[in-house]
Amino acid sequence: MAKVIPPKERMKREQVPMPEQDHEERIRNFKEVPLGYTPEQAVYEAQRCLQCKNPKCMQGCPAEINIPQFIQKIVEEDFASAYLEILKTDNLPAITGRVCPQEEQCQKYCILEKQKKPIAIGRLERFVADWARENNIHGELPALTPKKKKVVVVGSGPAGLTCAADLAKLGYQVDLFEALHRPGGVLVYGIPEFRLPKAIVEYEIKEIERLGVKVITNFVVGATVSVDQLAKEYDAIFLANGAGAPRFMNIPGENLNEVYSANEFLTRSNLMKAYAFPEYDTPIKIGKRAATIGAGNVAMDSARTALRLGAEKSYIVYRRSRQEVPAREEEVHHAEEEGIIFHFLTLPIRILGDDKGKVIGMECLKMELGEPDESGRRRPIPIPGSNFLLEVDMVIDAIGTSANPIIARSATGVKTNKWGYFIIDDDTKATTRAGVFAGGDIVRGSATVISAVGDGKVAARAIDEFLSSGGSLRKR
Amino acid sequence: MYQIIQKERLNEIIYSMWIEAPEIASSVQPGQFTILMIKEKGERIPLTVADFNREKGLIRIVFQIAGKTTDELSTLEEGDKLFSFIGPLGRKTKIENHGTVVTVGGGTGIACIHPITRALKEVGNKVISIIGARSKELIIMEEELRKASSQLLVTTDDGSYGRKGFVTQVLKELLEQDKTIKKVWSIGPAIMMKVTCETTKSYPVDTIVSLNSVMVDGTGMCGSCRVTIGGETKFVCTDGPEFNGQLVNWEEFMHRLSRYQEAEKRSWDFYHELNRTCTCGRRQING
Ligand SMILES: Cc1cc2nc3c(=O)[nH]c(=O)nc-3n(C[C@H](O)[C@H](O)[C@H](O)COP(=O)(O)OP(=O)(O)OC[C@H]3O[C@@H](n4cnc5c(N)ncnc54)[C@H](O)[C@@H]3O)c2cc1C
Ligand SMILES: Cc1cc2nc3c(=O)[nH]c(=O)nc-3n(C[C@H](O)[C@H](O)[C@H](O)COP(=O)(O)OP(=O)(O)OC[C@H]3O[C@@H](n4cnc5c(N)ncnc54)[C@H](O)[C@@H]3O)c2cc1C
Ligand code: SF4
Ligand code: SF4
Ligand code: FES
Repeated sequence: MAKVIPPKERMKREQVPMPEQDHEERIRNFKEVPLGYTPEQAVYEAQRCLQCKNPKCMQGCPAEINIPQFIQKIVEEDFASAYLEILKTDNLPAITGRVCPQEEQCQKYCILEKQKKPIAIGRLERFVADWARENNIHGELPALTPKKKKVVVVGSGPAGLTCAADLAKLGYQVDLFEALHRPGGVLVYGIPEFRLPKAIVEYEIKEIERLGVKVITNFVVGATVSVDQLAKEYDAIFLANGAGAPRFMNIPGENLNEVYSANEFLTRSNLMKAYAFPEYDTPIKIGKRAATIGAGNVAMDSARTALRLGAEKSYIVYRRSRQEVPAREEEVHHAEEEGIIFHFLTLPIRILGDDKGKVIGMECLKMELGEPDESGRRRPIPIPGSNFLLEVDMVIDAIGTSANPIIARSATGVKTNKWGYFIIDDDTKATTRAGVFAGGDIVRGSATVISAVGDGKVAARAIDEFLSSGGSLRKR
Repeated sequence: MYQIIQKERLNEIIYSMWIEAPEIASSVQPGQFTILMIKEKGERIPLTVADFNREKGLIRIVFQIAGKTTDELSTLEEGDKLFSFIGPLGRKTKIENHGTVVTVGGGTGIACIHPITRALKEVGNKVISIIGARSKELIIMEEELRKASSQLLVTTDDGSYGRKGFVTQVLKELLEQDKTIKKVWSIGPAIMMKVTCETTKSYPVDTIVSLNSVMVDGTGMCGSCRVTIGGETKFVCTDGPEFNGQLVNWEEFMHRLSRYQEAEKRSWDFYHELNRTCTCGRRQING
């Protein structure tokens, strides 16, 4: 039986730090940076949880995990039960445990946040999922008699995977279509191996397939078949195709040879494994001095990838200041540790090239912060005459994405807003066409894994309701 | 899935394959392309649909050995399967009756203009096709093109077959003689398409080219394929592959085609080194 630690004693303890790969070492490899808790560390951390009667932490988890419950199982050293508890609602625990911005989600609401030492919920979740994988513990298969109705999910990112898994658990037949040759969405093509090992993503997708979800890759909905055609064959549709179209700054020189979108750069490196070129066939080009424009998670990932691929200097160029950086604090910290050089209050206005189309530098302006803008952040204003040249030979645009129109073009009656994102009912994720639902980045714009997971869960419930009450796309 | 049903070597460097892909075959239209991967460690390479058979669910690709992946593809045999094959990608050719039109194909571009030529003729155009290559052996699909068009003209750079000279010389003569020509399609090496546009510039015709920029996903996700058209950035895979040739920034386009030249050479060398030392019976390299 678990040792009972008195609350006073629990409160005294500090959060157990995450063991990490040394930064000198890790910039030379693509292995994961945080190493994960040992069982002893996990139990020690779990013991800090106050097992609140009214657990505030759960308000911050769109995956609806019963947080104190699974933590209690860790305290009892019953890691298998802890895993099964999480799996009741979260189908991707090794993934969410790693890339969820926990400090903005569950941990922000933890009662111990006030003392600045919330329970490391994400790390515990990751520990449990990793332990279960290594010890061959699997979730239960749906015991229900299979239902006749068929649902199609378009896109295999976290939103699609979650919705598909939840529907399969309810007994529906689910086909999951993916345009690329591998399922996972941004989890496989965007987020680098050193933050989210691809073998883990593959494993959790296999577990979802075990539930009965049929994953069909190499299938571009909107090209191979239209959404309208799918509507004739399935009873309901969930669109989760992600935002997925790169945005550029629209400055001169942006189509020079060594200018990448973060999507291209990361896709080559992660999905196509260009870091293992020429063993893998897809090439990637690395300069001596790489500038990444932007300061979100995607920018941190790009700059850190460039460093690992051999750039001598890797810069982050951001028009606002350190305070406004949108990336997770942990990622900024990792980037700084690894030697990424930050140019704050700097706006690129032109990329310079030679007569062969090769990048030779980037002209920038210095900025200062003015009054707050609509987003509440202080607006950056260029300082006239402050132009200077940043010597770089490669540039990565990581300033965001917009909606890819392929799917919307082939879906009659599914309305989009002025940015091309699907218009949905917040409570049900229903689009403007009955029977068609949508969630994740193609609704929110670039957001987070956990919000995509949350959308997938809400949509699965709404689709179940729609189908249970006799609804079907095939009826009309 | 994606089984190679029929393989044919058209000449020293160009191959034709019919691939089993019923879903793509049921929705493909002239002008569209596919992206394939030979194996999991392979690269994604775009190839135009050279022909299709909806009933049998087949797609035909015609490719020239340009580097590592196309070389490896040429070693696959009937019965082998591709790891990945997606499509149909890109926008279809706008097929309308204009009266008289010309389609120009160079190298594997001959295969690419084939379905377009056929479709243009089917809706009632008089289609004059000009196909060209360096020499006689490199001319492909002559019979198919003759069938697909109203009139076929052949050129070779060295004069070993048909007219001696470039396709653009013949095109210029046609434009001089026949003032009813409304539209020209030109598909082939970048330089050929560029010169076609220079040739047609002073005539009252629209010139459509099909750009073959370096791609990764082919679905608008990465931006690798971007080009400047009339001062605006466009994605070849979702906005194209066909564009008004007069608006293309050719210099930038050609620079971007050479983005990976060094790596491509390394990949080629690595592949051939591997196959020289391995005894698995791969075909001998001929350089
Ligand atoms: C580099 C990077 C780092 C990030 N880091 C974090 C992080 O640390 N934490 C975090 O919470 N979030 C992070 N995010 C954001 C997060 O990954 C996304 O918000 C999330 O993946 C969105 O999920 P989704 O299911 O909506 O779509 P996606 O993950 O984008 O998946 C959509 C899928 O649909 C497929 N698809 C698209 N079109 C079609 C079609 N026509 N037919 C069939 N399939 C199609 C795509 O190929 C893709 O696989 C990061 C994003 C990036 C790019
Ligand atoms: C829309 C489109 C349609 C095409 N249709 C045909 C066709 O029908 N028949 C045909 O023979 N070729 C076609 N190509 C070109 C074909 O994709 C390239 O020849 C092929 O990718 C070369 O790969 P490789 O590894 O053999 O050669 P590499 O040594 O890798 O490259 C040789 C050259 O091919 C080009 N290339 C390399 N990688 C890519 C890539 N991922 N995407 C596009 N181009 C690349 C570059 O210009 C490069 O310099 C098409 C290209 C595009 C974009
Ligand atoms: S899924 Fe995310 S929000 Fe939910 S408990 Fe895990 S880390 Fe917290
Ligand atoms: S709020 Fe914090 S202390 Fe309370 S149950 Fe949740 S994790 Fe434990
Ligand atoms: S190939 Fe990626 S956007 Fe066109």
